[in-house]
Amino acid sequence: MKIVACIKQVPDSAAKVVVENGRVFWGDAPLVINPWDEFAVEAALQLKEKHGGTLTVISVGGENEKEAIKHALAMGADDAILIADPALSGLDTQSIAQVLASAIQKIGGVDVAFFGRQAIDSDSGLTPAQTARLLNWPALTLAAVISVEADTIKVDRAIEEGRQVVSAKMPAVVSLVKDYGEPRYPSFMGIRKAARAEVPVWSLANLGISAPTSVIAWPEITNPPSRNVVCEIITGSSPEEIAATLADKILAEKVL
Amino acid sequence: MKTWVYIDHFKGQAMPASWEALGAGKNLGTVTAVIFGQNVEALAKEAFENGADEVLLADDVTLADYRAEAFSSSLSKLAAAASPDAIFLPTTTRGREIAAMAAIDLKTGVMVDVTAIEVQGDSIVVTRPIYAGKLLSKETCSTRPQIVTLRGRAFPKPATQAGRTSTLTKVSPAMSEADIKSKVEGYTTAEAGVSLIDASVIVSGGRGVSNNPALTPPGGLDEKQTEIWRAQQGFALVKELASVLGAAVGASRAAVDAGYVTYSHQVGQTGKVVSPDLYIANGISGAIQHLAGMRTSKVIVAVNKDTDAPIFKVARYGVVGDLFQILPALTAAFKQRLGK
Amino acid sequence: MDFSLTEEHLMTERMVQNFTQKEILPVIKEYDRKQEPIPFALQRLGELGILGICIPVRYGGQGMDFISLGLACEGLEAADTSLRVAMSVHVGLCALTLLQWGSEEQKQKYLVPLASGQKLGCGVFTEPGMGSDVASMSTSAKRDGDFYILNGEKMWISLASKADYAMVTVRTNPGAARPSNRLSTFIVDLNMPGITRGDIHGKLGVRAGSTGWINFQDARVPVENRIGEEGEGFKITMSAFDHGRYTVASGAAGIVRAALEASVRYAKERTSFGKPIAEHQLIQEKIARMSQDYEIARLLYLRAGWLKNQGVRNTLETSFAKKFATEASFRAADDAIQIHGAYGYSDEYDVERYLRNARGAIIYEGSSEIQTLIQAGYALGERQEKPLRCEMPAYDPDYWQS
Repeated sequence: MKIVACIKQVPDSAAKVVVENGRVFWGDAPLVINPWDEFAVEAALQLKEKHGGTLTVISVGGENEKEAIKHALAMGADDAILIADPALSGLDTQSIAQVLASAIQKIGGVDVAFFGRQAIDSDSGLTPAQTARLLNWPALTLAAVISVEADTIKVDRAIEEGRQVVSAKMPAVVSLVKDYGEPRYPSFMGIRKAARAEVPVWSLANLGISAPTSVIAWPEITNPPSRNVVCEIITGSSPEEIAATLADKILAEKVL
Repeated sequence: MKTWVYIDHFKGQAMPASWEALGAGKNLGTVTAVIFGQNVEALAKEAFENGADEVLLADDVTLADYRAEAFSSSLSKLAAAASPDAIFLPTTTRGREIAAMAAIDLKTGVMVDVTAIEVQGDSIVVTRPIYAGKLLSKETCSTRPQIVTLRGRAFPKPATQAGRTSTLTKVSPAMSEADIKSKVEGYTTAEAGVSLIDASVIVSGGRGVSNNPALTPPGGLDEKQTEIWRAQQGFALVKELASVLGAAVGASRAAVDAGYVTYSHQVGQTGKVVSPDLYIANGISGAIQHLAGMRTSKVIVAVNKDTDAPIFKVARYGVVGDLFQILPALTAAFKQRLGK
Repeated sequence: MDFSLTEEHLMTERMVQNFTQKEILPVIKEYDRKQEPIPFALQRLGELGILGICIPVRYGGQGMDFISLGLACEGLEAADTSLRVAMSVHVGLCALTLLQWGSEEQKQKYLVPLASGQKLGCGVFTEPGMGSDVASMSTSAKRDGDFYILNGEKMWISLASKADYAMVTVRTNPGAARPSNRLSTFIVDLNMPGITRGDIHGKLGVRAGSTGWINFQDARVPVENRIGEEGEGFKITMSAFDHGRYTVASGAAGIVRAALEASVRYAKERTSFGKPIAEHQLIQEKIARMSQDYEIARLLYLRAGWLKNQGVRNTLETSFAKKFATEASFRAADDAIQIHGAYGYSDEYDVERYLRNARGAIIYEGSSEIQTLIQAGYALGERQEKPLRCEMPAYDPDYWQS
């Protein structure tokens, strides 16, 4: 099988992220592979181990996108492609999906393209479905269980109501959720391979596409308003009255 | 502004956030509800009662089960013909995906999981949390339709008008069964229980949950067994509220050490460090190590009988009182408000 | 001079940290309190290749260098000392000593299963009545045809009850003129007849570790299990200590780091007199010392690791690293407790465990006093490196990884 995993690099989830003068800073927190994408690489590796084939990881970004790629290589990916081009900064998900779809087409003969369910920086979770759409492939998203038989891939999708079992003929896009199972750590052999790997860099010209135009703009990114730590004590004449007031206040906070 | 709202449902049961999206659309002008499924005409009636000016209904066997490509194709085909200014969807697993694919078909963009919407000129500007809520981003979309998915419970549910009705237009799906690449083979239910780390809502109990004086333990238990029995009754109340809120159950170290619940539930420096949107602490005094594990929660609610409990220092809302009375009342209040 | 770590080193550090964060830190307190080893810890160290990290691939290892060994030990001990102790005895005392002194047959038979994590190894030197004065050990081995017959008792042996193979030094030549020529070293299968072993309980620290005793009663060890020549046991044991001490030194740097990180976190969190205690200068003094000690400890062990990579004897440099880091780790843990106040005194926080865990390393694998004598010996010119019959070869990536 020819398998691809699309990965992204993000600031560590424990990072303290703030905006200063309109720019996002995450201090000295390390850049890591998007945690959801680790599940994608794991699923891809398991599929490869079971059915044979190769795993190529693709990442779109600048030169510093290498951490995520190296991690995936150290986990066991066979090779990697970094798509870097000055025209690629600040793209929206539709544009990223175009770039990824072009890369998957250029690689050619891909059976499955794996994604994490979303990236923990933008929290969008659109790219897997959008890439599938551009490729005109079925999108089996939010997969918790994956099996392949002949040319058919079947997944259990984690949806609000439980699990939806869906199958489709390959090629297909599959996005992963945590329920799939813990991703493996890099092996030492993988670490050596990754450290020595020369990752080919593809430009948009290599992909044969012009720079996509982003239609989404984000004019302002702000820190959330600082929290009012003054505790409001809810009182009332009965537990029911207190509970009713409290429930309304909680609902008004829009956290449910 | 002409807004379409996709009504997300599972087997004919609408997700409440669909109606919230309908209400948000209505605020901007006329609103059309778009409903796909099989034998879902009842949803059209609900849509009218929630304020839809028009309903587009595709009721077809190919739409019996949700499939991304079939649903999104139908939406984009209809929208391409009618050119709405905006399409709203609830941020559900289906809503997010339909939005994503329709945006590709319609050569436009998606603003996902938004918590606020304003109109500037003829353009929608949204606010949405990014970096797990550590930052807020304003976003806008230069093309039409502007596709937006709305975070559940971020927008008010519209007032319903019983018997209200309007134009129902039946439409056909965009794809025939032969064109749809995926097959739904069935459903299974997920295992119960939400993990602490992933939870956006956590309901926690501390040592205070074992102190219900109103209970008479069964005979034949020694002192420790009696304490555990009391704690189990207390944690049952915690779990009940958690289940209504779709929340994970947490515990203080004191509760774990006393053997009330297992270590996997422990929140705190020595347990799990969590940062949910809502953290409800019941009978937890708020030792510093517990606070270290949950103080970054967005909204903290504390129920404790001790006015001086340190937990109130980090709480947004506090109730000084008997948790054995407050907790069941709170569960009932949420049940009613969330329609469960 | 180049102080930078390679990409391989950085990825090794991260891998070890991911492992401890996900699998060890969530349970360590529970097992430390129960005074039981984490049941899956050794198996996982084996599966992940950490137990064979710096052993050549041809002998079942992972082919990484000695710096990687140090970085792994630092990361493991930052989580819990019990993990690093396993590295010290399995990799340091047993596997590396086999690599240095063992015959090709011995390497194939014993090093391969050890390095691949299928078997566990330990080092068996200390006795109830002997620690620092190695040459005075009384456990004996008498030649009997193709066998040596071992008798005696060994104590304070890490992994005594868990290991499969042991590097054992005993007295074979009581009549030799120089005490250091009286000893010989063997690789022993601990499951053979004549060997009984058990755990020691009630230790101050490393409570999730396994420490025990091993008794030999007419244990018949084949001659082909002797490492090196008869009478070379003292030199072989000293080589084992050079390896073991390196892991102890790098591990102790991990405690300093853990104590520092815990203290920084807490000092920013906790307030007194109206401000975070991190803003009080007397707290800052402690934190500054910890961060300086961490830097020194790390530089010292990395230099020793670099010398190992070059194939240069490093007894003195490793001694510096071991003595400094172990003492600094105890001091850092002590300061961390002070910063944490009463909370630090309870096992609510990790720092009291750091203190208990740090104490032992000032005693074992050459106490601070022994390290002081070694250092003075070199400084006064009374001690010089004499070439060994079997030197540890320089780290050659091509050889190690093929």
